[in-house]
Amino acid sequence: MTDIIIAVAIVAGIGILAGFLLAVLSKVMAVPVDEKAAEIEEILPGANCGSCGFSGCSGYAAALSSGKTTETGLCNPGGNEVSQKIAEIMGLSAGTVTPMTAVVRCAGTPDKAQNKLDYDGVQSCQMASQLFGGPKSCSYGCLGLGDCARACPYDAIMLCDGVAVVSPEMCRACKKCVAVCPKHIITLMPKGQLTAAVLCVNHDKGAKTRKDCTVGCIGCMKCVKACPNGAVKVENFTASVDNMKCTACGACAEQCPTGAISVLKLG
Amino acid sequence: MKFYIALLVMGILTQNFTLSKFLGICPFLGVSKKLNTALGMSAAVIFVMLLSTAATYPLNILLQKCGLEYLQTIVFILVIAALVQMVEIIMKKYMKPLYNSLGIYLPLITTNCAVLGVVILNIDNITGYAAYGFGFGHAMVNSFAAGAGFMLAMVLFAGVRSRLEAADIPKGLQGLPITLIAASIVSLSFLGFSGIVEGMGLM
Repeated sequence: MTDIIIAVAIVAGIGILAGFLLAVLSKVMAVPVDEKAAEIEEILPGANCGSCGFSGCSGYAAALSSGKTTETGLCNPGGNEVSQKIAEIMGLSAGTVTPMTAVVRCAGTPDKAQNKLDYDGVQSCQMASQLFGGPKSCSYGCLGLGDCARACPYDAIMLCDGVAVVSPEMCRACKKCVAVCPKHIITLMPKGQLTAAVLCVNHDKGAKTRKDCTVGCIGCMKCVKACPNGAVKVENFTASVDNMKCTACGACAEQCPTGAISVLKLG
Repeated sequence: MKFYIALLVMGILTQNFTLSKFLGICPFLGVSKKLNTALGMSAAVIFVMLLSTAATYPLNILLQKCGLEYLQTIVFILVIAALVQMVEIIMKKYMKPLYNSLGIYLPLITTNCAVLGVVILNIDNITGYAAYGFGFGHAMVNSFAAGAGFMLAMVLFAGVRSRLEAADIPKGLQGLPITLIAASIVSLSFLGFSGIVEGMGLM
């Protein structure tokens, strides 16, 4: 009987001692938690995408609360709503977030773009692009194996007919797809604004582009001449549209011989 | 001196905790995806192993005096868990950078079987290696060797796993199955070290 009592007493004694020590330590050694940072972190979307330029949501919250930055509108996925809430907590004026959406700048579906090889390896753009730059003849085009779709935390990217397509309604502009695309053809464009866009980034000369893909930009300069506002320019055999100058008149799209430019509204 | 070297070689190579004793398998599979997390985790394991050996070795003498050796397991678990929590609190206060890098792994180790395993094996070794005079110093060296062996296994396996990421694996084997197969092959390779302690004339 005494054996049991001794055993129980020893275990209970060690337990109570440990518990007591822990309780005292947690009081004595308490580290003050930054309440504002914790509050801001709660509001932020928690995608840890890094599009604000800080290391994840907690990094941005810490930078805001410690006064390293006063910009409340850096969170793209959160948008204006989050910006306003942060401004309320910090007592700053809310910065406006221009809503953006990612766009895959390639329209080379299999019926339009030629293949130079049959790829039968690992189904990943990263892997495929290491083998002669991927199966497409055009070394700039979308490989359509869905690295961006897998990276998207909001399920906004779908593979339509062998080319990735971003759904502007679901895109929160977190730039995860931009980072993961081995061809670097995903860019951010303003959401909900009618504008002309060149859905091609091919820098090859016109003759080669024509052979590789029927909807590629051949750098013919017709759009540059057609644009009344000087919003289109051709660099390195590829046209690009300045969104700030474009009035979406459609003159460039009419003139484009391959249909690489189109006027579209995202979202 | 010879015996200290023998303990190190045994702990790291011939009787590797993860690969031949199958202790600590869950962090071995869980945290070995990336090299830097594997390193962080195993550094924390070495630290906790040393600390808990230092704490439980004298405690065992107390238990033996009362004739309560059968309480080893429960008392040791209690002490290790409390100890790790205390270390975490102290580290959070005074060593913030170290806490930020080890912090997430410390609670994971609290009830790690490798830690309890090394502590109990140390107690067993007192009688097992009585001929070599196994004492507190030996126990600490043995704990360090066990932790270093865990680190070696983690680092090696992190390399294997980064290759697995890129491999084209049949659907039925994707994920945990292929990881377990890879782990078994790595542990088979460690069989090649068996007998080197005797061969080197260390024991």
